[in-house]
Amino acid sequence: MEFDQYHEPPEELSPELRTKARLFASLAEEAEAINWYEQRLSVEPDAEARAIMANAQHEEFKHFAMDLEFLFRRMPVWRELAQGVLFKDGDIVEHGEAAEAGTDDDDGSDQGGSGGSLGIGSLKGAGL
Amino acid sequence: MNHLLRGHAPITDEAWKQIDEEASDSLVPRLGGRKLVDFDGPYGWGHSATDLGRVSETTEGPADGVKMRARRVLPVIELRSPFTVSRSELEALDRGAVDTDFDSLNDAARRMAVAENAAIFHGLADAGIEGIAGASSHDPIPLGDNGFQDYPEHIAKAIEVILSSGVEGPYGVALSPECYTGVVESAEKGGYPLLSHIRKILQESGNGPMVWAPGLDGVVVASMRGGDFLFESGQDLSIGYDSHDAELVNLYIEESFTFRVATPEAAVALPK
Repeated sequence: MEFDQYHEPPEELSPELRTKARLFASLAEEAEAINWYEQRLSVEPDAEARAIMANAQHEEFKHFAMDLEFLFRRMPVWRELAQGVLFKDGDIVEHGEAAEAGTDDDDGSDQGGSGGSLGIGSLKGAGL
Repeated sequence: MNHLLRGHAPITDEAWKQIDEEASDSLVPRLGGRKLVDFDGPYGWGHSATDLGRVSETTEGPADGVKMRARRVLPVIELRSPFTVSRSELEALDRGAVDTDFDSLNDAARRMAVAENAAIFHGLADAGIEGIAGASSHDPIPLGDNGFQDYPEHIAKAIEVILSSGVEGPYGVALSPECYTGVVESAEKGGYPLLSHIRKILQESGNGPMVWAPGLDGVVVASMRGGDFLFESGQDLSIGYDSHDAELVNLYIEESFTFRVATPEAAVALPK
């Protein structure tokens, strides 16, 4: 049985990476479904059929967003970069370049691999 | 390369890794405020203000029949704590030395943690930040001069005050270094350790944490239910490069954030 979501032998991947791979595959499938519905809706003349497909596409929007948020939560650098691009008015490319500058280094060196952040984040609930 | 300019520092990847680890190890135990409040973000260095959802009073606008009001925001503050690392120590580190002198880094981490905790608990008036202790709508419960023996009673009273105002637990307790040391070293009549008594009170009110918070004056008891104390991070604690010469590399710890108290009823201050 073939599992297309894996690029490397699955047995060599950690359980966490296999979970991520499933969600990446789901994300791509949801994006593909949104695209398909978008095309079908543009050519379907029957209003009732269009309403059903629009409803289905709406579901795919939700699924895509949930898959994406799951992956963001497990990939903080991606999340941080996306926060610089998503839901912002203005020039998308400029936002992308600015977000990249804030999360990555462009000289090939990892300089500690963190872009400078110590990655401490929330400590809520940790005690003595 | 981002604004921290780490790529310009004469520091190898391995040395950066060691510096970052040392800074984290030095900061995390001291960040007592962060252990009690909600953390949101980080939203990046470009994040400049937190929306408050409030507006100024309505005034006449620039044209007849047009009213005007301005949105109110809380500006992000930037904290920076400089330190140095000797270039000869960095060279030793790259040769495999395990006893690198990071005293200056540890001191900078201590100062940064004190500053962050002070902002969370006591506020920064110039930056419009009101801390948990000052924002509390409850009368403070003075710790008094009767040694540390009364601390469990005071903390239990503070929890009861918060609960009586309708704010559920779990409840956390932050202690200044002086108060923490006093509690650790003291026992009640009969020999029962004060620390164990306070832990028992917290366990029975929802199992909240006890935290050590340099920068705090006295003790603070606060609800941990969420949504009451909001730390919004722009750039989370990071290390950047400033300059270097033949002997030293000048670096700094930096962060940007705002802090708000949404529910003044959710905490009680217990000043010394």
